[in-house]
Amino acid sequence: MSDSTATSAPAVYGVLAEFTNADALVDATRQARLAGYSRMDGYSPYAVGEVADELGFPRSEIGAVMFIGGLCGATFGLLMQTWVSVYDYPISIGGKPFWSWPQFVPVSWALLVLTASMSGLFGLLALCGLPQPYHPLFNVPQFARATRDRFFLCIEAVDPQFEVGKVTTFLNTLNPESVAEVPE
Amino acid sequence: MSVETAPPPGKGVVETYPPHPDGILGGNHNIVTLGDKIADVVIGTGPTPKAWWVFFLFGFALLQGLVIGLIWLFWYGTGVWGINQPVAWGLAIVNFVWWIGIGHAGTLISAILLLMHQKWRTSINRYAEAMTLFAVACAGLFPLIHMGRVWLGYWLFPFPNNMAVWPQFRSPLAWDVFAVSTYLTVSFVFWYVGLIPDLAALRDAGRNKAQRYLYGFFALGWRGSAIHWRRYEKLYLLLAGLGTPLVFSVHTIVSFDFAVSIVPLWHATIFPPFFVAGAIFSGFAMVVWLAVPLRHFYGMKDFITDKHLELCAKVMIATGLLVSYGYFLEVWMAWYSHSLYEWNSTMQRMWTGPYWWSYWCLILTNTVIPQLMWFKRVRCNELLLFIIAGSVHIGMWFERYVIVIALSRDQIPGAWGRYAPTIWDYALMFGSVGLFITLFCLFIRFLPMISITEMREFLPFKQGGRDGHGCMENAK
Repeated sequence: MSDSTATSAPAVYGVLAEFTNADALVDATRQARLAGYSRMDGYSPYAVGEVADELGFPRSEIGAVMFIGGLCGATFGLLMQTWVSVYDYPISIGGKPFWSWPQFVPVSWALLVLTASMSGLFGLLALCGLPQPYHPLFNVPQFARATRDRFFLCIEAVDPQFEVGKVTTFLNTLNPESVAEVPE
Repeated sequence: MSVETAPPPGKGVVETYPPHPDGILGGNHNIVTLGDKIADVVIGTGPTPKAWWVFFLFGFALLQGLVIGLIWLFWYGTGVWGINQPVAWGLAIVNFVWWIGIGHAGTLISAILLLMHQKWRTSINRYAEAMTLFAVACAGLFPLIHMGRVWLGYWLFPFPNNMAVWPQFRSPLAWDVFAVSTYLTVSFVFWYVGLIPDLAALRDAGRNKAQRYLYGFFALGWRGSAIHWRRYEKLYLLLAGLGTPLVFSVHTIVSFDFAVSIVPLWHATIFPPFFVAGAIFSGFAMVVWLAVPLRHFYGMKDFITDKHLELCAKVMIATGLLVSYGYFLEVWMAWYSHSLYEWNSTMQRMWTGPYWWSYWCLILTNTVIPQLMWFKRVRCNELLLFIIAGSVHIGMWFERYVIVIALSRDQIPGAWGRYAPTIWDYALMFGSVGLFITLFCLFIRFLPMISITEMREFLPFKQGGRDGHGCMENAK
């Protein structure tokens, strides 16, 4: 398109469309996917699982992250107690065997929960790239309502089909509340 | 970030909605008015309710008792308490178990009710989680100061040291360290993860720079991306899945502190389930105690409805009966075991010992009075429910007191002794109540007491929500 060269001078992050309800966002995401766009994201005040489905992100990685984290914690707990109680500092307690493993279960379990939860939290932050104080979307004034009552779809400039004019026209066909260019 | 485009609060209602089918949501809210109602408490321009100041100053005054008690304790040592042989634990462990029991309801509401698809948890889970955190903080204080040399508290943890010693991992007291610190950490993670989207909402609704910066800082740049939400929901569900067995294991381990010993009346396999039921019982009593002022002074009756109080009462009566069954079974097993010591200690506890009155206080406040909740009229009466919950607090405190005091009459009469708490025991006990009230008041003032995000999602479709919770149904 002719105007794409004109707007390519200031860097553009993407084009943002605003919707008034979750179903409109789900619908818009589906239309955008069918139109061949692949690099986009939806934004909503609460979780709308169907949007992620439409974006082609059917399953998160958090389960695997927490499973591995928990396994590491439990293994470490069991090995640490074994090493302490059998090798480094063996003491006889009520005539029990040094490797009285059932009594190592509570601490191993606590460490399993601890490491699984912490890896879940840090996994979420790492995978989402948080904390991220600055994001180009925060430049768009109406985006403040993404945590309030509005639902947004952003088709990003990294999409192979991205052209500002074309994307804006396309998003306008989805009956949005507003469409805005997102400066980088 | 700008809020110019956001309508002023109170302008969001455009139509009348039908009442919620389950009766767990009142008022006429859409996602805007609901969020504003909750957020206005922390970022609003209106004055803080006078009642907040009353509670805060009362709690803060009590807190000074804790401060003075701690200074005197650290200066002089644990001799300022009434503990001695044979009752070596005294009020410190009574208060520890009492507080940690209260702490359990928060995770129960957040985690177990989430897994059981109970939508009514949504309006009480946030403040119940905060209650958990503060109660566990109060609980953790007591074993720490009971050690005497509190500055050596890190010896509890296994770390390589030049004394070449390690903790004794076959001791329930060593398990306690891991259980309680894990519980505190995981409760905090659960609470904070739940807060992130709300903090982002407060950032975007902030009325001045300080609010936007502060809430923005802790919101970590959350922007509600669908990809992030998918991970977030999965994390939330899995934390609930881990939190559920954690609640049971923590109080089980706390009960092992007693049950693994060979003291008569302590050495009982009923202890773990009995303790867990008691924890939930007392925790829900505290949830009721906190709900009533929030409903009154902050006008949260739309969200914490009469139905919520009734459901809390039902949980209390169920867990109260489990606890009472525990009391019955203790006596039954003592008789049925034909153990001279068990039976004698039981009789001392109930009848012939010096502390028989505390046992009957316990039965009255924990077993008899809560039976009033069988009546719907009582369950729906805020004042009566508040009084019954207070009775449960007293009862649950006496339950632990009765257990701890059992040491005064064990196998050998030559080892019998008496125990009386001193003023410093009580200073720390009521001081910890002050700590709890202070922290809770600060929480109410600076963080949303009800989850804005989850409540929005919970709203029926017509009111702008999703009529439920994705993370209950299809977290992936």
